[in-house]
Amino acid sequence: MSAWETIIGLEVHVQLDTATKLFCRCAYEYGGQPNTQTCPVCLALPGALPVLNREALRLGIRTALAVGADVATHTKFDRKNYFYPDLPKGYQISQFDEPFCSGGAITIEFKDGSTKRIGITRIHLEEDAGKSTHRDTGGSVVDLNRCGVPLLEIVSEPDMRSPEEAYRYLTALKLTLRYIGVSDCDMEKGSLRCDANVSVRPRGQEAFGTKVEIKNLNSFRNVQRALEFEVARHTAALEHGSEEIVQQTRLFDATTGETRPMRSKEQAHDYRYFPEPDVPPVTIAGDEVEAIGATLPELPRAKVDRLATAHGLPRYDGWVLAEEPSVADYFEEAVAADAANDPKAVSNWVTNEVKRVLNEGTHTIDAFPIPSGALSGLIAMQRDGAVSATQAKEVFQGMLETGDDAPTVAKARGLEQLSDTDALETAVRAAIDACPKAVADVRAGKEKAKGAIVGHVMKQTRGKANPGVVQQLIDRVLAE
Amino acid sequence: MSSVDALHRESAVDLARACAAGERSARSIADAFLARAASVEPGLDAFLELDAARVRAQADAIDARRDRGETLGPLAGVPVAIKDLIAERDAPLTCGSRILENYVSPYDAHVIERLRAADAVLFGRTNLDEFAMGSTTETSAFKVTKNPWDPARFPGGSSGGSAVAVAARMAPLALGTETGGSIRQPASLCGVYGLKTTYGRVSRYGAAAYASSLDQIGPFATSAADLALLLGVIAGRDTRDSTSADEPVPDYAASLGQGVEGLRIGVPREFFGDGVDPEVRATVERAIETLRGLGAETRDVSLPHTEYGIPVYYLVATSEASSNLARYDGVHYTTRADAPDLEHLYTRSRGDGFGLEVKKRIMLGTFALSAGYYDAYYKKAQQVRTLIRRDFDAAFADVDVLVGPVAPAPAAPLGAVVDDALAMYMMDVLTVTANLAGICALSCPAGFTEGRLPIGVQLLAPPFAEPTLLRTAAAFEAATDYSREEPIA
Ligand SMILES: [Zn+2]
Repeated sequence: MSAWETIIGLEVHVQLDTATKLFCRCAYEYGGQPNTQTCPVCLALPGALPVLNREALRLGIRTALAVGADVATHTKFDRKNYFYPDLPKGYQISQFDEPFCSGGAITIEFKDGSTKRIGITRIHLEEDAGKSTHRDTGGSVVDLNRCGVPLLEIVSEPDMRSPEEAYRYLTALKLTLRYIGVSDCDMEKGSLRCDANVSVRPRGQEAFGTKVEIKNLNSFRNVQRALEFEVARHTAALEHGSEEIVQQTRLFDATTGETRPMRSKEQAHDYRYFPEPDVPPVTIAGDEVEAIGATLPELPRAKVDRLATAHGLPRYDGWVLAEEPSVADYFEEAVAADAANDPKAVSNWVTNEVKRVLNEGTHTIDAFPIPSGALSGLIAMQRDGAVSATQAKEVFQGMLETGDDAPTVAKARGLEQLSDTDALETAVRAAIDACPKAVADVRAGKEKAKGAIVGHVMKQTRGKANPGVVQQLIDRVLAE
Repeated sequence: MSSVDALHRESAVDLARACAAGERSARSIADAFLARAASVEPGLDAFLELDAARVRAQADAIDARRDRGETLGPLAGVPVAIKDLIAERDAPLTCGSRILENYVSPYDAHVIERLRAADAVLFGRTNLDEFAMGSTTETSAFKVTKNPWDPARFPGGSSGGSAVAVAARMAPLALGTETGGSIRQPASLCGVYGLKTTYGRVSRYGAAAYASSLDQIGPFATSAADLALLLGVIAGRDTRDSTSADEPVPDYAASLGQGVEGLRIGVPREFFGDGVDPEVRATVERAIETLRGLGAETRDVSLPHTEYGIPVYYLVATSEASSNLARYDGVHYTTRADAPDLEHLYTRSRGDGFGLEVKKRIMLGTFALSAGYYDAYYKKAQQVRTLIRRDFDAAFADVDVLVGPVAPAPAAPLGAVVDDALAMYMMDVLTVTANLAGICALSCPAGFTEGRLPIGVQLLAPPFAEPTLLRTAAAFEAATDYSREEPIA
């Protein structure tokens, strides 16, 4: 065990999937023509006033409940003042000392099935800023479409002890947020953003080491990479005094895998928070929270627990299925369609073949050409020996292309497996006659030589023979 | 019916009625007031912009509607001058500042929508202290507006242009805004009626913010009845302003004839301190006698935290202003200075664009909100603000309306106070507490100094008790003739 202990806390910003922005009634869609999704309010024209979009707060409450946090009965908004071209008001409406939500946790799970609880300090609502682009040719341009889009800021406790834990926390958090439908959490579109705080201290020491904040992290992998770089830098500094670690904000460079300090000017901010006078404090009724809680779906860990206990699946399978709640639903429907199928066999089909197709991107699970019941039918055919494993995959492909059920595809493509003993016996006898050397070898105890005879049968039957039945017949004929 | 020459002396109530009935065209009314403005405006400089073509186009459109048989709204054909802090679509909106010198609003404020719907004629953009920061209208970047009773004196502010437009009968009605007395004080100094509405009574949507928790839009008029008419049009809930109150709008005109018999009037002793000019004091005391003579009961009351009004106001207002004015940054729509980099773009655009008083208040507010000072200044100010509100709550438990002076002194010569911050700030000492408490208050003409400068009396009432103010003002108006005096013959 290392002599050093890493302390990591994460701040995650998530864009909420509301129909309109947080304080005006503009719709927002990623990738729109610059400055077209705007109005006097989000352009900060003189006289324009913000009006809270209550739906954003409802999605926030939904998130709070999903992570087991406390929802405040009263909350308010504050102004965070700073100048930047993508912030036309000169302040961001955020929440300072009375966030709508505090407490809660995300439980992360390791490969060995062990778990760890990562606490959440608080969750608050705020508005997004616009987007500045600095041109290579000089000058900058600003797109205010994103300005005012609702964001949740989710601040974790400094509970993570390794970059891997940070990665797992982000994965688990994102899965939860997608389950409850509050955000698509697409980092490429900027609908999920993450800043990391990291420090290193001698193991056993209570006081935290010097903290560094890392920004410009555009994927979960890069969060992990940046943290790994920082941990190494801090550890080297502590062990060899290679440099002095100062409290600062650093930017991650994904091409070099390194972090570098932000200009100090960009760091020294006094945001002069004060209560937003244009948005009155908000009261959240217990009834409202209860009603939102009643609509929460089964959450990822509960689903994996249930898949493991109800269907006897390994937790690994459970997590793969639960990555998409609708894939897990598809699995469960397929299992329910035929009780004689082994759930593990169904899981293998869904986690391998179905997910492979989904990953190709041409089909979605909601409009999958093979209904869950049809997949179940295919698995039953394989179970009953009507198709071989190889044939089953071909049938699956055919079902995908035609939308027909498994027996129809198997028949149409001649993919039925020959298991009829009488019909196969003729072929087996012919093969034995045709392969005297192999027969001699088998008789001499070389079991492997049987493969040549089986191969001959398969060739004769154009691959349709059930290999198990063929094996049995060879044994029987040779024993005569 | 008076001749066209005297049309500008008619009340808004009469003009609207005549226009709706087809007795007068909106165009003839507009032309009369444009003619009046052409004759007196050059000596007064009340307007930053008065576009005769735009005025006539509106009037003609109203006439066309009436000719088609449509029923016209409650302000049919009535010109209403607009403080240049309130957004009017396709009209300049300078807020009296260089930084918005070339800005044209692409949208209408809520009150402007209401005025259009009521068939009013939007009658020019009136001068003001820059971003409403000032008490004399002298901090405007563009013009110095003169008091029509003595053009060597200031008209009060910040809504000085609107007060002068109405006082000089260039418009029968005007809209102003209040943050700490910016309607009542110029109304008092110019001898017209000015109402600071209850916080939340009128939507702020479209009024450039000075201090959001204090700002309110309100009317100017030459009579209580005209004041009631305009108030009825602009009051009411607007979902675009979260601080707009969901309170029914009463029939304000109905309150006008109710008299003051049995009305309990409180006289706050703190409003009659040493700083109050003897002529002002005597005028207000005479007004109280008049009201008593009309059947009102009077009693002494105390508003013990009045003396903290100015420091609390200047901390709260400047703090909010420092944030509200951050949007004028030279980046998006405000005047942009040449600069080699972003930081200089900000400092030069704002340095060149804002006047001294605005910069002073931005700096004061920025300081009050700074880390380490917030608790001692902004937070403490909000706590004292609560005490000021409680003073009024306690007083209104026993009385219906409070009476006192509006401004401690009548209009002073131009330049007398604008460079003396403390002297200027103290002019607001009797008005800011109403804004801090969110109650309603009005200034009504109550007499003149020996030198014929107007003096107003202030009436204050609980939130949404505008009918009480109007009823009291109307009774006083009926018993006196101060409001019928005219500044320019
Ligand atoms: Zn908008």
